[in-house]
Amino acid sequence: MSDNTDVGAEPTIVQKRLGEWLEEDDPDSMSESITRYGRYIWRKHVFMGLCILAALAVIGAALTLGTYPISFFESYAIIWDHITGNIVDQTADDVIFRLRMPRIVAGIVAGAGLAVAGVAMQSTLKNPLADPYTTGVSAGASLGATIAIVLGVSVLPLGGVGIVGNAFIFSLIPTAIMVLISRMKRASPTMMIMAGIAVMYLFGAITTILKLWSDPDALKALYNWEMGSLGLASWDDLAIMFPIVLIGVIVVQLLSRQLNVLATGDENAKSLGVNASQLRTLCLIVVALMAASIVSFTGMIGFVGLVCPHVVRIVIGADNRYLVPASAVFGIALLLTADLIGRTIIAPTIIQVGVITAFLGGPMFLWLLLRKQSKVWG
Amino acid sequence: MHIEVDNVSFSYGPSTGMVIKDICMDIDRPGLYCIIGPNGVGKSTLIKCLNKINKPTSGTVKIDGRDIEGIPNKDVAKMVSYVPVAGEDMFSMPVVDAVLIGRFTHQKWKTTVDDLKKVYRTLKLLGISSLSMRGFNELSAGQHQKVAIARALVQETPIMLLDEPTANLDVRYQVYIAELLKELAIAKDMIIIMISHDLNIASRFSDKVIMMEEPGVIRQIGAPEDVINKETIEEVYGVSCEIFFDGRGKPQVMLGSALRIDE
Repeated sequence: MSDNTDVGAEPTIVQKRLGEWLEEDDPDSMSESITRYGRYIWRKHVFMGLCILAALAVIGAALTLGTYPISFFESYAIIWDHITGNIVDQTADDVIFRLRMPRIVAGIVAGAGLAVAGVAMQSTLKNPLADPYTTGVSAGASLGATIAIVLGVSVLPLGGVGIVGNAFIFSLIPTAIMVLISRMKRASPTMMIMAGIAVMYLFGAITTILKLWSDPDALKALYNWEMGSLGLASWDDLAIMFPIVLIGVIVVQLLSRQLNVLATGDENAKSLGVNASQLRTLCLIVVALMAASIVSFTGMIGFVGLVCPHVVRIVIGADNRYLVPASAVFGIALLLTADLIGRTIIAPTIIQVGVITAFLGGPMFLWLLLRKQSKVWG
Repeated sequence: MHIEVDNVSFSYGPSTGMVIKDICMDIDRPGLYCIIGPNGVGKSTLIKCLNKINKPTSGTVKIDGRDIEGIPNKDVAKMVSYVPVAGEDMFSMPVVDAVLIGRFTHQKWKTTVDDLKKVYRTLKLLGISSLSMRGFNELSAGQHQKVAIARALVQETPIMLLDEPTANLDVRYQVYIAELLKELAIAKDMIIIMISHDLNIASRFSDKVIMMEEPGVIRQIGAPEDVINKETIEEVYGVSCEIFFDGRGKPQVMLGSALRIDE
C-alpha cells in the first residue's frame, strides 16, 4: 500500500490533474472543443432557419390556393402592401386577408402552440408519450362541445359561441383535477398522467352516452367539429387564440432552462434550486390554456403535439432552450404543409389536416427512429 | 463552512416510522467525510436532509449558523451540490450539455465560453473528455456517475454531498475518485460528505468516518482507525472480518462471512 499523500513524495496522478484543474490550465484541445461545440449550436440555428424557410414557402403556396388567381410572389407583395398601408388592389387584398389568411394564421398558431405544449408536457411529466391530449384536454373539449350541440347547454352566456366556450371550459377540467391531485398528494409524474387518462376515459364515456341520445343533425355537427380543421377559425377567434398561445410559448421558453434541470430528476433539480412540483403545476396550467384555446377553435388536431418535439429532439437534441423555438417553427411548417396537401391532393374534396399530419408525420417519425442510432430518450 | 445537524429525525410518512432518529453531528472543518453503515439505516435520507431535498420531521440543520429551512432552495444550491445515487436523465443530451446543467445557478440565460471551459476542464479531470459529445443515455452506469460528479464539480459549491459515487466504477476509478475528493477538499477548503459501501476506500481516504447503524442512528464519528475495527464491523454489519493496517495505519477490512440474516 503506497503512501500516496505524503508530503514531499512524488505527486500522484490525482494531484497533477487536480493541480491543472485548479490553475485553470487550459489544454491545447480546449479551443478546438469550444469551436466544435459552437458548430453544434450553429446546427440548431440552421435547423430553425430551414423550418422558417419551409413555413414561408408553404404559406406562399397556400395563399395562391383559390379561384381568384394570385401568384406566390404576388401574395407576399400584397401582404407587404397591406402592412405598409399601401393597398394597390382592393379585391386581391380582400381575398388574401379575409379569405385566405385566417386559415394560415390558425395553422401558425395551432402548429406552434401544439408543438410547444408537447415539449412542455414531455419535459415536465418526463414521459415521451405525453402530449397536450394525454392530460385529457381533447376529451374535455369533446364533452363540452357535445353538451353544447346535443343538449344545447352552454356554460358561458355568449350567443353563438356555445360550442367554443363549452369546449374551452371543459377542456380545462381534467388539468384542474390533475393539479388538485398533485397538490393533495405528492404525486409522481406517472400518477398525474394516469389521473389524466382516467378522466379522459370518464369524459369519453359521458360523451358517448350523450351521442346515443342525439339526433342525426347534431351528430353530423359534432362529427364536423371533432374532425378538426384550420378553416373553422375566423379573425375574431384568432384574436383570442393568438394571444393565449403567444403568451404560453413565451412562458415555456422562459422556463426552458428550468425544464432542462428537471430532466435530471426531481431530487437533482431540487439540489439545483428548482422546485419540481411547482414547475410542473405551472407548465400544466400553461399547456392546458394553450391546448384548450387551440382545440376549441380548430377541433381535434392530433399528432403534432406528440411527434413534433420528438422529431426535433432527434435532429437538434433535448436542450429545451432550443427545443422550444425549434419545435414551434417545425410545428408550423408541418401543420401548414399538411393542410396544404389536404386541400390540394384530391381537390375539391378537402382531407382533414389531422389525417394528413398523421400520414406525413408517421412514416417520417418511423424513419427517424430507425435511422438514428443514438437514443434520445431513455 | 460549518454544518450543524441538531436532533434531526425524518419520516417519509406517518405510517412508516422514523428512518433516522435524533441525528446530531457537527462538521466544522474541511475534509472528506464518509458515511458508512448497512442498508436501510438512513444514510441517503440523512444527506438529503442536508440540502432540503428532505425536510426533517423534527430538528434543524444549520449551515454557517443559519437554519437551512429559512434559506431559499436557490441559495442552498449555491452552497451545497448533490450527486444522486444513479443518473436518471430523461431525454438524452450530449455529455457537455448534461454537465453544463450544473452551471444553472451561475448562468443567466446563455452558456458562456467561461462555462464551457469549466466543463471541458472538469471532463478532463474525470477522464471523460473523449465522451464530451456522446449522448448521456448511450453511456454506461460508471460513466453516468462520472458525469454526475462533473456536474456537481462545475456547480462550484463549498459543500458537496455524494450518494455512493463509486458504486458503479471500476477499481481504478474508485480509488481515483476517492483520492480526488480527498485532495479537492484540502485544495478548495470544501466539506465533502459521501456515502460509501466500500469500507476500505472509506478508511483510506476519508478524514472522518460517520458510522450509522440500526435503527437510523449514528454509532460513531471519528478517524477511520477509531471507528473501523473488528468489533464494530461485526456488530453493525453482522459479518465476520479480519482487520489489517496499511502503510499509514489505516485499517483495511477483509470480510469473512455473514453472522446473521434479517427476518
